[in-house]
Amino acid sequence: MSAAAPLLAVEELRTHFLTRAGVVKAVDGVSLAVNRGEVLGLVGESGCGKTVTGFSIMGLVDPPGKIVGGHIRFEGVDLARLPEERLRALRGERIAMIFQDPLMTLNPVLRIETQMTEAIRAHHPEVTQTQARARARDGLAQLGIPDAEARLAAYPHQFSGGMRQRVAIAIALLNRPALLIADEPTTALDVTIQAQILHEVQKLCRESGTALIWITHDLAVVGGLADAVAVMYAGRIVEQGPVDDVLDRPRHPYTLGLLGSVPSRTRRGEKLPQIPGMAPSPLHLPEGCSFRTRCPRADSRCADMPELAALAPGHLARCVHPLGEARP
Amino acid sequence: MTALAGETRLADGDAEETPLHRFLQEFFASRLALVGLVVLAAILLIAIFAPWISPQNPYDLAALDLLDGRLPPGSTSGDGAITYWLGTDDQGRDMLSAIFYGLRTSLVVGALSAGTALAIGTALGLIAAYVGGRVESLIMRLVDLQLSFPAILVALILLALLGQGVGKIILALVVVQWAYFARTVRGSALVERRKEYIEAARCLALSDARIMLHHLLPNCLPPLIVVLTVQVAHAIALEATLSFLGIGLPITEPSLGLLIANGFEYMMSGKYWISLFPGVALLLAIMSINLVGDRLRDVLNPRLQT
Amino acid sequence: MQSAVVLVVMSALVFLGVFAIGNPVDILVSPQADQAEIARATAALGLDKPLWEQYLVFLGNALHGHLGNSFVFNEPSLTLIVQRLPATLELALSAMLLAVVLGLPLGLYAGLKPDTALARAIGAGSILGFSLPTFWVGIMLIMVFAVELGWLPSTGRGATVSVLGVDLSFLTWDGLKHLILPAVNLSLSRIALVIRLAASGTREVAHMDYVKFARAKGLRPRRVILVHVLGNILIPIVTVLGLEIGAVIAFSVVTETIFAWPGIGRLIISSITVLDRPVIVAFLMMTVFLVILINLLVDILYSVLDPRVRLGEARA
Repeated sequence: MSAAAPLLAVEELRTHFLTRAGVVKAVDGVSLAVNRGEVLGLVGESGCGKTVTGFSIMGLVDPPGKIVGGHIRFEGVDLARLPEERLRALRGERIAMIFQDPLMTLNPVLRIETQMTEAIRAHHPEVTQTQARARARDGLAQLGIPDAEARLAAYPHQFSGGMRQRVAIAIALLNRPALLIADEPTTALDVTIQAQILHEVQKLCRESGTALIWITHDLAVVGGLADAVAVMYAGRIVEQGPVDDVLDRPRHPYTLGLLGSVPSRTRRGEKLPQIPGMAPSPLHLPEGCSFRTRCPRADSRCADMPELAALAPGHLARCVHPLGEARP
Repeated sequence: MTALAGETRLADGDAEETPLHRFLQEFFASRLALVGLVVLAAILLIAIFAPWISPQNPYDLAALDLLDGRLPPGSTSGDGAITYWLGTDDQGRDMLSAIFYGLRTSLVVGALSAGTALAIGTALGLIAAYVGGRVESLIMRLVDLQLSFPAILVALILLALLGQGVGKIILALVVVQWAYFARTVRGSALVERRKEYIEAARCLALSDARIMLHHLLPNCLPPLIVVLTVQVAHAIALEATLSFLGIGLPITEPSLGLLIANGFEYMMSGKYWISLFPGVALLLAIMSINLVGDRLRDVLNPRLQT
Repeated sequence: MQSAVVLVVMSALVFLGVFAIGNPVDILVSPQADQAEIARATAALGLDKPLWEQYLVFLGNALHGHLGNSFVFNEPSLTLIVQRLPATLELALSAMLLAVVLGLPLGLYAGLKPDTALARAIGAGSILGFSLPTFWVGIMLIMVFAVELGWLPSTGRGATVSVLGVDLSFLTWDGLKHLILPAVNLSLSRIALVIRLAASGTREVAHMDYVKFARAKGLRPRRVILVHVLGNILIPIVTVLGLEIGAVIAFSVVTETIFAWPGIGRLIISSITVLDRPVIVAFLMMTVFLVILINLLVDILYSVLDPRVRLGEARA
């Protein structure tokens, strides 16, 4: 743990969606911190609120969603309370984000060059088109895209999914942001491309000192990439800590379940363990611990919402029966 | 222990809602559609009961008094028998009565032509979707050809060649409209046709007609209803336009278009009522149908559900 | 290729249609002709020859631009039509332009903020727009602006300026004054169409990932809307409008009648009422040709505008 103040400190973030069917508490009390140059893996299954967390940090939550509580402290300002114009100035400049589906991320009717240079000139109007173009070309080359000059003049549909995602990453890193939020960027891609992109992003972030929040449902990715990991379930963080700690000595039953459901060569032939039941609908969350309906260790004490407690230095879990403790 | 994993209890009263109930609720959620429906209902009533509620039969020449011509709204007739609430045209016709009769004609012509076009277009569309192959290509080529020509042009030329008369107008309108129905029906029927139960029905050697009518047709009804309302409005507008131009209904028939044409001559001399009121009536008729049709489209279109 | 086939088919249909109605001599010769003239016309028109031969003659003449002489004006029908075409085109194109200039911003707004009162008003307004009977609105416009207020002239085309041999009136102030009311009248129903297209297109595009990504880049909202959103909705709008030009030209028949605008619409109406059949036939052929031409142009335009169609898919 570094002694300096974290780059990003999210405190008790609450983002709710007011729909006709009811209030969806997509993010309900999430706290996390990312230090400069650090990689945080944000893990959870579909619908747990990890993408909404990313959007909340960027200020891109659209109605009927709204940040209803908490703070997002970044470089001395609270993003949750910043006026839109100042948020816009930060987006793409100090904080950047890339999305999950590379086939939809780029505008089909604009050239790559346009989509890259506009990212630079939106924040630095003094940069000329020629200069911006040169920087864009370098950005593409950095990501290992060959023949960058020709690529600039092309349109997105002329590229494969993996290439488009690389372009998106290049765009995100053009202004050397302090933080990059990557929302499942490799989920839609082939495994081999996935590995390549992971490696490239890791390298670039390390070189430029960019902090990275990597959102994913895949624990295997997190193991090789992140410094710290936070596990989300039903809108809350249920466990977080240094990556090795959490993966080797998980404390929350859900984390153990997640780890257990990863197929592994060492357990070949054994029945694949599953967490019983389904994630609760965000409209009808159970009282108390959200996981208790599926947890083998649950009892009446779980009816009260447990707090996120430190069970080891830097390692927190939200459970009254954490693993590694004898049951009462 | 609380509820089992993953289950959510049905809210009380869910079982009470039928699709019809839900449909009506959604439809009337728009105040505009409600207004449209009310106006439409009023117009329908006027059209049906026109002969009984009109102060005068404006197309019975014996009842007209030329001396009462071109009177402004609110005047009384020479013999004091009726008040011309909306004024008179140059023949001495009571505008209010003329409008009532005109609405009647508009609705009849509109509904009849749209209805006939519906029947023809639906039949052809179903056949195209069901039979496929060369027949389908031929029918759809005809449809494309028809649709690439502006409606008013086709109507214009047809009437130029055929001459005037109520039957001929309806014919022209039917020719102009059938293609919309055919295209819509064929599209929906194609979607349904691909489903497996149609294959099953064929295996059971059910007659083709039965399959088309009982199975394919019901699926096409929602978009068909929407197209029908739009087309009725369109037919009414087209008839009025053609009558206005002088190639629509003959002047012996009541028509809002003819009334407006009548008033056209007097627009420079300030006798605004001869053109204004029939136009407003026409507008109300068309607009109310469009409002209803528009709302129907929003409600029946699954993609727009948020 | 297909278009050429359609053209031929249509000409055959027209030809047959003309024959089906009655004795073609009656159609193509003035109703006041006597026996001798009819006989002469019959021979001259080759009507004593077999049907297919007549059709070929007809086609041959058509290709040379001989579509018969008008009874009323005693000039070649085609010439009459071509003379009046610029006036109609001027009116139609002005109306389209107005429709886009007014309709696009309104539709954009309604699509971006669909739950506001203004958006709902725009929606209701657009339904009003295409429910309004064009001819009636024309009359009302004249009554209000020309008769009551006296701001604008009520009939006719204004002074023209010759550009490349074509007379255009919008280049003169007088011409503009005469153009405004009819152009507004004609544009009304199309404005409604543009608004609906723009609104529904915007509603779809505004939630696309690439728009969100543009915002994530920190682009100014104006740029996001004008470049990213507009760029994607313009293509379908332009293609629909291109196809609509035909309908606008057709509908100018009504506007031209009311405003006494000297275009082909007015010509055709008067021809129909006096049964000047050669002009009617020529008009029909001309329309068929125009419609096919426009459809073809729109197809080409679409493939040029959309880079996905233009350049085709390729793997990187």
